[in-house]
Amino acid sequence: MIRPSPPDRLLVIVPALNEEAAIAGVVREIRASVPGAPVLVIDDCSSDRTILTARAAGADILPMPHHLGVGGCVQAGYKLAYELGFEYVIRVDGDGQHDAADIPRVLERLKSTGCEMVIGSRFVAKNGSRTGPLRSLGINFFRLVLRPILGRSVYDPTSGFVGVNRRALDVFSRSFPLEYPEIEALVVLQRRRFRFEEVPCKFRPRTTGRSSITALKSMYYITHVLLGVFVNMLRYDGRAHRGTGG
Amino acid sequence: MDRLLNVTTGVSVLLLIIILFSVRRAHIRVEYSVSWLVAVGAMLVLSRAKPLLDHVRNWMGLPDSPLSLFLLAGALALIMFFRFSIVISHLRDDNVALAQRVAMLEYHLRSIENHEDR
Repeated sequence: MIRPSPPDRLLVIVPALNEEAAIAGVVREIRASVPGAPVLVIDDCSSDRTILTARAAGADILPMPHHLGVGGCVQAGYKLAYELGFEYVIRVDGDGQHDAADIPRVLERLKSTGCEMVIGSRFVAKNGSRTGPLRSLGINFFRLVLRPILGRSVYDPTSGFVGVNRRALDVFSRSFPLEYPEIEALVVLQRRRFRFEEVPCKFRPRTTGRSSITALKSMYYITHVLLGVFVNMLRYDGRAHRGTGG
Repeated sequence: MDRLLNVTTGVSVLLLIIILFSVRRAHIRVEYSVSWLVAVGAMLVLSRAKPLLDHVRNWMGLPDSPLSLFLLAGALALIMFFRFSIVISHLRDDNVALAQRVAMLEYHLRSIENHEDR
């Protein structure tokens, strides 16, 4: 069983769905990058050998009983981390796009600033990370939308490389978006007047599997996230106390 | 016009029978059948009570009675869809929370079993 280990009490969570080819490398990289920090792979009902491969690489596994989507998986990880007393949780995607060598930088920023969330960003500084033209367009669009809502710029609002502290864990355990959570989570934090920072991180091109956001789903993604952002701005707090995401 | 109202009556009676059978066989829960029963009851009464339907038509300012009846049916259907969307949303939230809780309990249980095996 994972336990918080001093001094950082850090947990690294990896939501994964059918990432058999990449997950072992991801887990090994994380363990090399932050030795001593437990790695929890949250399996969203993979039909391949993701669980066995991740376990063999040294990760703990939290298997979902049925498919919940990335938001449901991440929230399950946050809930478990909160219950077990972890102080910091860093989420890394299971497809190998995030460079685990950046985890210490995210953790350091969380600790030094005391802010509730730190986003590993592709665009704070030029670091060779590349995104497709459609995705870049989407990211720029959401930057514009989020600017007046958050009262500041956010360079990489769709990044899944995110670290949170215990205050954010408390909030996200109770209220977290179920689908495409990255952007909406920022609005959830903003409603609590929580702070976030961005640190430059390197993202690698995906080498295995497929992105959950295909070209055909892009329009649905934009509509869904836009609606989610505005609904979160207007949300009645009592709804969040049902203990689930939105 | 009378034929249209008769068809509406027939459909309403058919729906009423289907709903009651579904409730009896527990295919639909009683609390969710109430909305349907109220809607079907309203359609049945309006399609048979011509003066009442005419009164509704005048109140809505429409040229003929069947149109008023179908507009009313459409509005009722929309209200019911909305109600069921709320119910589904709550069920989805509860389902996700339950699945997460099951996963976490299984995790704790496995940890205890592993601890005892050592």
